[in-house]
Amino acid sequence: MAIPGLEQLPVLPVVIPLVAAPLTLLMKPGRAPWAWATLVSWVTFVVTLLLLEAVWVHGPVEYAMGGWGAPEGMSAPIGITYYVDLANALVLTLVAGIASVVFPYAYYSVESEIDHRQTPAFYTALLICFTGLLGVTITGDAFNVFVFLEISSLSTYALIAMGARNDRRALTASFNYLVMGTIGATFYVIGIGLLYQATGTLNMLDLHQQLMGQSNRMVEAGFAFIITGIGLKLAMVPLHLWLPNAYCYAPSAISAFLAATATKVQVYIILRFMFSVFGFEFAFLEVALNAFIVLGIVGMFYASFVAVFRDNVKQMLAYSSIAQIGYMLLGISFGTVDGVAASLIHVFNHALIKAALFMGVGCVVLRLGSSNFAAFNGLAKRMPWTAWGLIISGLSLVGVPLTVGFISKWKLMEAAFQTQTFIPPLLIVLLIGASSLLAAIYIGRLAYAMLLQPVPEDAEPVKEAPHLMRITMWIMVLANIWFFFQTDVTVGVATRAAQALLDTGLGYGGAY
Amino acid sequence: MMAHLILRVTIKLLFAPIIVFALYVQFHGEYGPGGGFQAGVIFAAAFVLHALGFGLDETKKVLPPKVLPWLMVTGVMLYAGTGVATMLLGENFLDYDILQPDSHHHAGQHIGIILVELGVGVAVASTMLTIFYYFAGREPEIRDEDW
Repeated sequence: MAIPGLEQLPVLPVVIPLVAAPLTLLMKPGRAPWAWATLVSWVTFVVTLLLLEAVWVHGPVEYAMGGWGAPEGMSAPIGITYYVDLANALVLTLVAGIASVVFPYAYYSVESEIDHRQTPAFYTALLICFTGLLGVTITGDAFNVFVFLEISSLSTYALIAMGARNDRRALTASFNYLVMGTIGATFYVIGIGLLYQATGTLNMLDLHQQLMGQSNRMVEAGFAFIITGIGLKLAMVPLHLWLPNAYCYAPSAISAFLAATATKVQVYIILRFMFSVFGFEFAFLEVALNAFIVLGIVGMFYASFVAVFRDNVKQMLAYSSIAQIGYMLLGISFGTVDGVAASLIHVFNHALIKAALFMGVGCVVLRLGSSNFAAFNGLAKRMPWTAWGLIISGLSLVGVPLTVGFISKWKLMEAAFQTQTFIPPLLIVLLIGASSLLAAIYIGRLAYAMLLQPVPEDAEPVKEAPHLMRITMWIMVLANIWFFFQTDVTVGVATRAAQALLDTGLGYGGAY
Repeated sequence: MMAHLILRVTIKLLFAPIIVFALYVQFHGEYGPGGGFQAGVIFAAAFVLHALGFGLDETKKVLPPKVLPWLMVTGVMLYAGTGVATMLLGENFLDYDILQPDSHHHAGQHIGIILVELGVGVAVASTMLTIFYYFAGREPEIRDEDW
């Protein structure tokens, strides 16, 4: 790595929030922990942007923890390394970027939903969760992924359970997630154990090297365990049941943060394992790709269909998230540069969409105390800024031109046309279109309630959400429009990232 | 006052050896089995035993719950601080060799691992005790304002 002065850059996104988190615990309840967490998220965002730029200009960056790099005469490192290429630099920037908008947003929402005395603990857990998500993304060591996965998950369970002040169901939701999440993490670590048994290494690139040409039952079982374990964390369709309640009963700011980051990071891990670690030489990969087509399409329809009938807007959006994961899996399942790029683009765009939507719902919860459909009746008259923000990001979710959702759908359809799978390309394209119509129905239902339903007669007048919340929400909404015009950023980075992933997958370079 | 006399005397006798054993596991972890995590748990176990024998209130007098968050933070900061210190000295995160660069027998590694393990020990002990205090001190029904 030859960037003078920036040698320590890859470790900073993890170290900064990690050091900041415990200090938050000692602060006085109220403004200080929030301001501190916000500051940390901004600094981290700047660091990830610098990292993205460094990787874009100079290529992948490697960082040996504790100086335990490759000893003389060996190519693979003996310790933990952080390995950043464009794929994870993009996801890192996304996670830190979302945090830098959602953390400032959180202030009023947290003050109203969480006990005042608990706020230092809340922001501590939030920063630890942030550390975990960044760590999962940045590390180049398969076991280290598990450690950071646990760090982010454990703090997430606590954060979701903090919604219990408003609704005790947050406790069961959190417990369900805890059980499912633990099973997922266990499956993942079993898979890693099997791979370690087969190869004697935990470094991802070294694993790729060692696994070349190996295809036996043990490696296949390891692969299946890893994909299933991450699939659970990802809320891949038959394993999604923990997600709707977790997102629904969590504090609003947490719903926005998790919906935009947590599952996105899991998509990245799936990509990393499928293409960087295993690669196309591994014949079993084909099975997973075919399974992803089916699971992706089933998820797109089933979850969208369920979302249409939800009475709680947060829960509706949670089901919609599961459906969107279907699109990402579909993109991966094509196994082409375009497909993987479409998947990464959708990871990015969907994070913007869902963050904006959940932030909007958070504003409604703050003022009206409920996220049921009834609370949204006539909202365009009562809280116009929030309502129109929700409508624009809703349109983005459907995939209407002038919003990022359109770019996602367009790229996915384009990729679908050029693939050879057991389902005819045209049919896949039609299915993508049809499932978007389902999204149009449930977003339409929300828009109908907000625009055309009368304000309930006995309703007390409400103020619009505080400026801070409105501004941060609208930053996200405008990002939804801005990234439609600035496709160089997303499409450019995602395509090059996908190219690099697949090159490694096909066995060209990338490994030691 | 005389209730559980044998238990209480035994606990008083055992308390110090348990702490000493915890310190042994802590500082021997560098050469043999042990380390910060195990030591922290053993250390906390001594106080749990004290609470079982003398009641939670007595233990809280010995080690007030207010101190525990500070200890937790100190532990983590000791660990992360060691890493940050090595970074500031110009090496990678947690590269202990830079702490004693002139040493021929890796004295820096010894210093670094002792600091890090001490951090782990303090953090684990205080976290275990916090969890124990919360469980043991739990009121039958949680008041609404405690959420």
